[in-house]
Amino acid sequence: MIITDFGYCLAPSNAVKVDKTTDWRFEKLCALESDVLKCIGCGSCTAVCSAGHFSQMNLRQCILSLSRGQWEKSVRSLSRCMLCGKCLMVCPRGINTRHLILSICRIYCPGEGGSNA
Amino acid sequence: MKFSGIQKIWSEWEKEIPDDHWFYVRSCIRQNFFPASERRYLDIVRGNLGRDIFEHPEHTTCGGIAYHNECIPQLTQMTIVGRQFSIMTESGYSNYVCSCVTSFGLYCEALNTWKEHPEIEAMVREKLWESCHREFEIPKSLVHASDLIYHLRHEIGAKAVHKLTNANTGEPLRVVDHVGCHYAKMFPTKGVGGAEYPHVLSGMVEAWGGESIDYPERRHCCGYGFRQYHIKENRGYCVSNTHKKLESMEPYHPDFIITNCPGCAYFLDRWQYVIAHQTRHTYGGPGQGIPVLTFEEAAGLVLGYDPWDLGLQMHQVAVEPLLDKMGVPYDPAKKYLGTNGKAIPRPELPSIIRCC
Repeated sequence: MIITDFGYCLAPSNAVKVDKTTDWRFEKLCALESDVLKCIGCGSCTAVCSAGHFSQMNLRQCILSLSRGQWEKSVRSLSRCMLCGKCLMVCPRGINTRHLILSICRIYCPGEGGSNA
Repeated sequence: MKFSGIQKIWSEWEKEIPDDHWFYVRSCIRQNFFPASERRYLDIVRGNLGRDIFEHPEHTTCGGIAYHNECIPQLTQMTIVGRQFSIMTESGYSNYVCSCVTSFGLYCEALNTWKEHPEIEAMVREKLWESCHREFEIPKSLVHASDLIYHLRHEIGAKAVHKLTNANTGEPLRVVDHVGCHYAKMFPTKGVGGAEYPHVLSGMVEAWGGESIDYPERRHCCGYGFRQYHIKENRGYCVSNTHKKLESMEPYHPDFIITNCPGCAYFLDRWQYVIAHQTRHTYGGPGQGIPVLTFEEAAGLVLGYDPWDLGLQMHQVAVEPLLDKMGVPYDPAKKYLGTNGKAIPRPELPSIIRCC
C-alpha cells in the first residue's frame, strides 16, 4: 500500500523472527542428536556430497534452516541422500552426519523420511 | 544500564580525551542539515564549560563522501587529511576534534595507514608540499566531538537547567541511542565502549537523568552507507535499514533518539516521513514520530538553550511533544524566525506525520 511514490520503496525484510519460529521438532532433534549444535556451517559436508552434485541436497543449508524453523523445503532435499558417509569423514566437528540425517527424517517426516533415507 | 562480563570490561574502557585546547573541524552534512548544532556546540564548550576550542575558516571537507563513493582515491583523501592537520599545526594546536563520525573514521584510517606504512605518509607529505607548500604534524590526540561532550558530561549535568526527565512525573525519559558505524566499528579501541558496547551516548543520557534503552538493533547501521543512498536505485535498501531499526526500538516506546553521527541523525529523522508515507505507520503514536536529537542538541536542551536557537525547527519529526515532556519553554510563534528575527520559509506540512 504505497501512498507516495518516491522512486524507491521499502524492501521486504528477510529477517527470521525467532520468537515466532519456536519449533518442537528442532528441540526434539537437539535432544536426540545434540551434535547438531556443534555444526559450524563450514560446508565441508556439502562440498563432498555425491547426491548434492545431482540434486538440491545440502546438509549445511538444511541444518541452518532447521535452526530457524524453516524445515519444509530443506528436509525434502534430504530424501536424495544415499547414505554414502563421505560427509561423516570430512566433518571437522566429528558430527555423525549420516545418523543425523536419519534422525532428521524420522522426526520431520516420520511417514516418508525414515523409509526414504 | 547494568553491565556484566565483556560488556563490563568495555564499559570501563576509557579512551584518552585531553581536557582542553582543541582544534575543531566541522561536518559537511551536519552544518548543512542541522547548522545550529555545531554553532551551539562551540558555544557550549567555550561559554558553558570554559574550554579553549578553535575553528579555522580555511578548513575543508575531509573528502569522506567522495572517498566512500569511490570518486577519489585514498591517496587524495589522505592528502586532504594532511592539509587539515597542517592548518591545525599552523594554528598551534595538537588536539584534533571532528564533528563528523565519517571524518573520525577516516582520520583514524589515515593515521593507522601511516603508522603501518611510513612510505605512504612520506608520499602524502610530498604531495601536500607539491600542491600547496604545507607541512603538518600528527595530532597528539584525535577524538570525535561526542567524546568531548562525554568527557565533560558530568560538568554539563551539574549545570543542567532541564534534566532528561518527565517534568510532570519525574520519571526518567526513555532514550535510545544510535552510534555512527564509523565511530568505533573500524577501530574499536578509538571509541568509548568499543563497537559492541557503545557507551559514548548512553553515558551522556545517564549523566543527564535519562534512561538508556538497549534495544535489539542498537548496533545496526542507519542505512545511509553512502552508495546505498547516493545511488537512487539503492535507496530502498537505505530506508529498509532505518525501518528495521525503528521497528526494533518501537516496542520500548522511546521518548527520543540520540545520535552522534550527522548522517544518522538526518536519515533516522527524514526516513520517518518517507516510511509514514509508504506504510501509513508512525513510530511515536498516531501521527507522531520519534524525535531525533544530535548529542549537541540534547546537551543544549539540558543546559537551557532555546530550542529554536538549537535549530530544532530543522527537524522533520516534531520535537514539541518532547519539549512539553521535559518542561522546556518555547514560543511556537518564533519557530520559523531566523537568527536575525526575519521569517524563514516554512516547510510544507505532511499529511500523515506531524512536523509541528
